[in-house]
Amino acid sequence: MSEVQTVDNMVTISIDGVEYKAKEGEYILNAARANDVFIPAICYLTRCSPTLACRLCLVEADGKQVYACNTKVKDGMSVTVDTPNILEERRAMMEVYDVNHPLQCGVCDQSGECELQNYTLEMQVDSQTYAIKDTERHTANWSSVLHYDAGLCIVCERCTTVCKDMIGDSALKTTKRGGDKLDKSLKDSMPKDAYAMWNKLQKSIIAPSNGTGSTDCSDCGECIAVCPVGALVSRDFQYTTNAWDLKRIPAVSAHSSDGFAIYYETKPRSISDRREKIFRVTNEWNFVSLDGSARFGYDFENEDVTKDEKAFANAVEALKKAETIRFNSVISNEEALMLQTLKEKLGVKLYNPEVRPFQKFLKLYSEASGKSLYNSDSTKAMKCDFVVSVGGALRNDSPGLKYAFNNIQKMNKGAGLYFHPVGDKLIPTFGKNVEMFIHKAGLEEASLYLLLDLFADKSKLPADVKDYIESFENGKLIDMLGGDSEKFMAGFDKMMKKKEKFVLMVGEDYYGHPKAENLAKLIVLLEETAGFEVVMNPPKSNALGVALICDLDDEATGYTVGYNENGDFRLSALGDGDLDLPAFNQQEGTVTTLSKRVVPTNVAIDYGGYVLNDLMAELVDAPRLTIDWTPYLPTDKGYKSVAFDDLANSFDNAGNDNRGYLLDVTTKEVELPSVEKFDENATLEGDIVYRCNPPRQFSDFSDKAHQIFEAFGLYASEERAKELGSKVEVVFENGSIEVDVVVDKKMEGNIVALSDFKSAQNVYELFGESRYATVTIREV
Amino acid sequence: MSLEQFKNRNVGTQNYVKLDLDHTPTSGWCQFKQVVKRTFKPELFVGLWVTLREMINALFRGKMHTTQYPFEKLPISPRYRAIHDMLRLLESGHYRCIGCGLCEKICIANCITMETRYDENQRKEVSEYTINFGRCIFCGYCAEVCPELAIVHGQRYETASEQRASFSLFEDMLTPIDQLNLQQEYQGFGAVSPNADENIKKTPLAY
Repeated sequence: MSEVQTVDNMVTISIDGVEYKAKEGEYILNAARANDVFIPAICYLTRCSPTLACRLCLVEADGKQVYACNTKVKDGMSVTVDTPNILEERRAMMEVYDVNHPLQCGVCDQSGECELQNYTLEMQVDSQTYAIKDTERHTANWSSVLHYDAGLCIVCERCTTVCKDMIGDSALKTTKRGGDKLDKSLKDSMPKDAYAMWNKLQKSIIAPSNGTGSTDCSDCGECIAVCPVGALVSRDFQYTTNAWDLKRIPAVSAHSSDGFAIYYETKPRSISDRREKIFRVTNEWNFVSLDGSARFGYDFENEDVTKDEKAFANAVEALKKAETIRFNSVISNEEALMLQTLKEKLGVKLYNPEVRPFQKFLKLYSEASGKSLYNSDSTKAMKCDFVVSVGGALRNDSPGLKYAFNNIQKMNKGAGLYFHPVGDKLIPTFGKNVEMFIHKAGLEEASLYLLLDLFADKSKLPADVKDYIESFENGKLIDMLGGDSEKFMAGFDKMMKKKEKFVLMVGEDYYGHPKAENLAKLIVLLEETAGFEVVMNPPKSNALGVALICDLDDEATGYTVGYNENGDFRLSALGDGDLDLPAFNQQEGTVTTLSKRVVPTNVAIDYGGYVLNDLMAELVDAPRLTIDWTPYLPTDKGYKSVAFDDLANSFDNAGNDNRGYLLDVTTKEVELPSVEKFDENATLEGDIVYRCNPPRQFSDFSDKAHQIFEAFGLYASEERAKELGSKVEVVFENGSIEVDVVVDKKMEGNIVALSDFKSAQNVYELFGESRYATVTIREV
Repeated sequence: MSLEQFKNRNVGTQNYVKLDLDHTPTSGWCQFKQVVKRTFKPELFVGLWVTLREMINALFRGKMHTTQYPFEKLPISPRYRAIHDMLRLLESGHYRCIGCGLCEKICIANCITMETRYDENQRKEVSEYTINFGRCIFCGYCAEVCPELAIVHGQRYETASEQRASFSLFEDMLTPIDQLNLQQEYQGFGAVSPNADENIKKTPLAY
């Protein structure tokens, strides 16, 4: 949703004599795009900083030649897109780009979706005037997913820009190409900007920024998406199909709670086998950036399922006698509503250990704040300039919020604080003004008290809280949280300089925290007295939808039917259950995203078996289709009574997300909550295990995808892994698990992270509600 | 063929040759005379002799004029569009197809399907290729669009077969490697025009 466009922040500009409205402080290029005016540009990415590599966006503004990508609009500005001189420049630039570009368009994986090809035609380049000796450029595989063909690369730097400004991995950089110097005489004979562009192009090429031959990154593949030519492609996709053969199906990523808008691209898998297969996932990269699970974790469909009547009858029987249905968050809103209906009509318990703590926390939060939901989202967060992340392993849990955290540093000259017991070497690299606090597990309340101390308007705080905060002498809280108080306070004023919008990202640690109620109240206090916007990260997939729609129970009892989970009878979309159900890419339905948006997803792969709705029809009563449930999503929870087919599913040219609708958030006046003091000594000691997945892994479904290979295991920092050995037994209070130790080079500190994405391993039972547990670790 | 004779539209100035024809009979008696005159002319036997001579030529002297189809076939125009051929590169013997997929895309009958993959030599390899001749309408677009002159129309115009699959795989259409020396360059639509060089602007090279 765009910000409210008031009259004050809109200015009028004219482009080629036509008047348009534009947001103040916006770049000309973005303003033009928002108004459907075409200005050529290759290197610019919306939401990232202008690189000025291509210089194609040259326009004339108020009689002066400027670059549309880095010139801000002014009221009354008059812009001319094409002047004879600019057209000459642009043509020369495209000729330069075509110099020595291999003529392998026939086999190139861009297969016509090529911006070099498009602009060459757009600028009507039908002959070449320039030439230079080619440089030897090699192809390379940079990681398990990335293939780079330097010969095809036009060094627009979009990959490096998106990796730095959006993803935050900064895994790519430009390096020396070693090309010949340009002939000096060209400087006078060819257009000025084209010469400058060529001069730069001749000197650079892209390479992994760590100086080795492989990238040290989260394998999100966003660089592949933004590449305008076929230089960067996915190794799995390379040479397997042409883009034009693929059918694009708008959908929602099934794994993280960000609900990324994706397109599944399908075509029949071979000549003899005409079943559809997903060949790749693409995205509107100007407006949404995917993580690795969304881009590469796509082939988790439940294949070759037919209607097994016997299994169906068994399932009906099982559900009739079931006392509990256990499920997780990989479920659409409609299915969640079906399960809730079963609860209401048959009285079964709904058990979902992934979502239950989050649901409770949401309730605590709304009781304390009077708001039905948190007020920010990932898009709004990106517009803030001071970001604080608490209680979540940002890199692992929430790619979307990680991108926002990073983007704030890079684009908004922002600052950030990161509080977490598990250190992350990546977070401090996001920006100069990022401070990481690696505190002891159990001091979560202290971190919120510190935030109150740093940011709150003390006059608004209740007197007891004010006194309590003041009882900590100078910097005691900071030191307690693992910071260096003197150094931090010295730099804090600089961090706070010119900061106007603050956002707090709340992670999953808080939801199952023993002091969750106090934490929720402290968050509300921060919101009310320090002007923080709050965004919470629903644990996984459609956790927010489940939390809002289902009335979950605290424990499972008796005969249990598991839906993609363990149980006495298993309904499963993974292909290993007693009755098959469709996987997320075989379903239509809606998902509630982290951004409180109800978005539609569509069927990419055919499915021949029974769906949950068939069971519903047998058990209680059900409409014909699953999506017929969509208008009945609970309106008291903010859902709207809109039919599935009426939901929009697109972005507009200005980048506004028009998918589906936003949940209604109701507000009522409440008094400031009274908060408790915290216990300094309530910290966990000894060997601590943290329930946390490696990046790109979220559930059995991401694990099933063949390009996601992150193993189930105990992730540890390099030093800690050395101590632990290669395989260990982790003994919890109520059980133990044997796992391999995996090194995560980006982790810091002694806490180890145990994956939970394999439901068969039942890791949730071992941990209980909290994400931290004190354990004994033995080498085996 | 010169078009000049068609461009001369001045009717009447051409060199017409008048046939020396008799007058058309006017009365019944005249008609009777004409019939008798024509019937008893010796030209009848001239004609019979020609037939007899050609029969002797054909049967005993081996000068047959009839084409013994299907044992013999007449040469057909190089632009005739029959069952496709897949050509090879003359230098290396490797098939020409690069797997660009343009034929598959342009095919209006939707009868071409191909599979490609990343091969050991880091190149795009065509792993499977098929044309469904039950659907193909022999429009020639595939040959016209092919940038490598790899898929062309051949001369096999007998499209009757017990199995549709008989000639629909890549290998069946590909020039047999031992007959590479017999491979004919295609002259039909999509072939390089004789004056192609004149139409190409040269790209400057720095070395």
